[in-house]
Parts: sequence; C-alpha cells; structure tokens
Amino acid sequence: MRAFRYARATDPGEAAALVAGVPDAVYLGGGTNLVDLMKLGVLRPGLVVDVSGLPYDTVAHRPDGGVLIGGAVRGRRLGLDEGIRSRFPALTRALLSGASAQIRTQATVAGNLLQRTRCPYFQDTGTPCNRRSPGSGCAAIPGVHRDLAVIGTSDACVASHPSDLAVALAAYDAVVEVRRPDGEQRLVPIHELHRLPGDTPWIETVLEPGDLITGVHLPPPAAPSATYRKVRDRWSYAFAVVSVAAVLRVEAGRVGDVRIALGGVAPRPWRLWATERALVGTDPGDDDVRAATRLAFADARPLPGNAFKLDLAADLVAAVLRELR
Amino acid sequence: MSGDVVLRVNGEDRVLHLDNRVTLLDALREHLRLTGTKKGCDHGQCGACTVLLDGERANSCLLLAVAVAGRAVTTVEGLADGAEPHPLQRAFIAHDGFQCGYCTPGQICSAIGMLAEAAAGLPSAVSADLAGTAAVDLDDEEIRERMSGNLCRCGAYAGIVAAIREVAGG
Repeated sequence: MRAFRYARATDPGEAAALVAGVPDAVYLGGGTNLVDLMKLGVLRPGLVVDVSGLPYDTVAHRPDGGVLIGGAVRGRRLGLDEGIRSRFPALTRALLSGASAQIRTQATVAGNLLQRTRCPYFQDTGTPCNRRSPGSGCAAIPGVHRDLAVIGTSDACVASHPSDLAVALAAYDAVVEVRRPDGEQRLVPIHELHRLPGDTPWIETVLEPGDLITGVHLPPPAAPSATYRKVRDRWSYAFAVVSVAAVLRVEAGRVGDVRIALGGVAPRPWRLWATERALVGTDPGDDDVRAATRLAFADARPLPGNAFKLDLAADLVAAVLRELR
Repeated sequence: MSGDVVLRVNGEDRVLHLDNRVTLLDALREHLRLTGTKKGCDHGQCGACTVLLDGERANSCLLLAVAVAGRAVTTVEGLADGAEPHPLQRAFIAHDGFQCGYCTPGQICSAIGMLAEAAAGLPSAVSADLAGTAAVDLDDEEIRERMSGNLCRCGAYAGIVAAIREVAGG
C-alpha cells in the first residue's frame, strides 16, 4: 500500500478545503471497499480525508412521506429504521441482502453508491483494465465475464455495478444530494449518478473533484407493494448474478404504476423504462412480463459467458411481479 | 504518514505510534500482541478478524487503526469475566462449535454482535416480517443468514449454529 496522509474532517467545509487542489485525495466513509482496494494497489491515494464523522448520519422522515437518508448513515442503522422498513420494503430487503452483517455495520450509504466494480480484472493490477488503467485494454471481454454487464457496456469496459441498495434506490426514484466544494447543493437523480463507460470507463460518476454525497432523498413511494429479489451463486454473502427491485400498484386488476430496476446487468442500476411503459394499463401474464422485459434489452451487448442473464432477468421480473400482485 | 494513536482495547487505552497504513487487525496482532483475533483472507470475506467496535461487529482487516482511535474495541481476549468464560465461549465448547479453531474468535465476536442486533429488532434477508420491531426469534435459518460473514473451512457450522441457538435461548 502506498503511504498516505490521513485527516479527519470535523465539518463539511473543512473536508472540501482538505481535498482542494489535491488530485490524489479520497474521502473515507466506512472504508469497506476503499481500504481493500488500497491494499490491492488498485487505489493509491496520497491523502485520505475521513468524512465518517460529518453530520450526515440521520434518517429524516418528512411530512409528505419522503425521506432523507444521510450519506454517512451506516447499513445497520438504516436496517433498523422503522419507517423505511414499513414503507420502503424493497430498500430494506436490498440493504439486508448486500455484503455481510460485519460490513453493514461500517459501510455508509454514500460509500455504497460509490463502491467500485468487483470485476476480477479491475481488482488485479497484473492484468489490463481500461477502468483502472486507461488505455491498457479490457481483459474481461475475452476472459471471465460471467458476472459482468450485458447492457450499457462498451468495447472498452463491461464492468457491472455491484450495489444492491442502489438498485432499490433506482426503483424508488431516489435523488442524490451532493455538496459542492463551494457549499452549493447539487441534486443528481440516481439514474444519472453513474456514467456509462463509453470510451472513458475510468470516469465512473458525474461527480467532480471535492463533491461529497451528503444524502439520498426518497420521494413518497409510488406504491406500498414492493420487494427486492437477488439471484446469486450461494444463498448469502455473494454479489448478484441478477437482482430486481420492483414497486407495483394494481388498479382494478391492471398495472397502475410499476417501477423496475435490475442489478448485476449493467454499469449502473438499470431501470427498465420500456418494460414499465409496456406493462402499464395491462393485466399481464408471466409471458407478457417476459416479453416486456426483453423490450428493455433491445440494445443489450451480451457476451458468450453472460448471455444467460437476459433469460434470467426476464424470468426474475416475471416472478417478482407475480409475487407483488 | 504516521502518528500517535490511542486505541481503547478491552477497556484499556493503549497509545501506539502507527503508520497510517496499519489496519486495526495488524495493530491488535503485531503491535499489541493480541493474537486472538485472526487474519484469514485480509479482505473482509472470511470474518476471522471480526471484533466488536462500540459493541457492533466489524471486520478489523478493513478498518484503518487511525480511523478508529477513541472507539471501544473488544477482542476475544476481552470477553471472559475473569476466569469465567463468556457464555458463547462455553457454548462453543459444549456444542463442538469448532475443529481447528482458527475462525472461532471471529465467530464468537460476530455472534455477540449478532445477538445484540436481533435483540434490537434488526431484521435479516430471510426475515418474513420486515416491519416488526420486537426482538427477532432466532431459528436456525436466521442464525445461518446472520452469520454468513464468518466462514469455517472445517465445516463446524452445525455446532456453531447449535451453540448460538443455545445462548440465544432458542
């Protein structure tokens, strides 16, 4: 691990001042991904600014039914929140299906959103990876890519985003609150936080130097009926092969409102907009839901090792909507 | 790049001069010679390094020592009450909750944190009812899910679950 300076920020302005003009500075939240990547030599910061003590560690329920979850809120705290559990069940299910309990006591909401891909080549400095080392190539496309993305990818990178929580946040239309270094607030819809790789996969988000995620705003839920289901290679403590978060309101036997997001298939939580449009107003059977799911994958770029995810996603969305109806 | 760090370990303040790169796990083992906490994968995947941080279980391999200064760290060495083992330590012996023993300190610290989570009403991924706020009834499925961050390569899981279930009162 490269030697680094460490500083603990006591207020947001101090955090921004500490990282200003320091290109190799990083913010430290729970550290469960950052510290690991530093050990692996994937990340080599010269300055680590600890922001875990900043006052963004509360879950505030608003009179309109919306919620502001602080960026420094840790998973254990979020899992205990009664209002989230009763009114945003897909979020709680996603949270509790991610990582292990030991990691959830430390990992923060902001850090969850900014965690890095678990592509094995990104984490191995002995292999090419355009995301880690611009221009070095992608070892995953001709290599082991079973767990990687099938849509939103490019010839430069096929990494998938590993978060469970972010998938539920996408289904709930969350908005990420960002503090700019000058103190101004910037609001970023969850769907726009992560950039698609294109030919610059090393630019992973729309955040700029010094930007700090201070919270995530949830608007009032579109429907109380919601869940999260995760398919993985072992029953617990594994990343998703494919996961789905769905929020559904049925009106007079037909789909009144539906929001569906997938994990494990794309470089960011992947909303199925085309599927939702196709389903609203219908009384769909499983095959209709499968067909509607395939609409959202019209631009998919599956690889030989992960093309099965398209069928799996269609089956999973059908199963979850059947459960919610 | 280094500095004095006050670590509060098992109720005692210990002042160490540490490089910023030192993890809590290495501070415990290499600097304080508290070798009960084990290094398995060193990447947060096996749980052998689990300690209690302010009463909550955490992977000490993923924590920078400098970042936990002033917080209460409890290791397996701090669990017994004098010569009296912690109830979970007794239960692991009674139920053959280990074979080689390497994962055991992490298993026991993790189980203590887990019991506190369940008592506080924290649901898990296998809980049918998310909205309930009462203490969770820990059946075998709940225990297995909640302990999935601790691997045992000897495969002593049956004994581990039985030991935890006994202490949980199930």
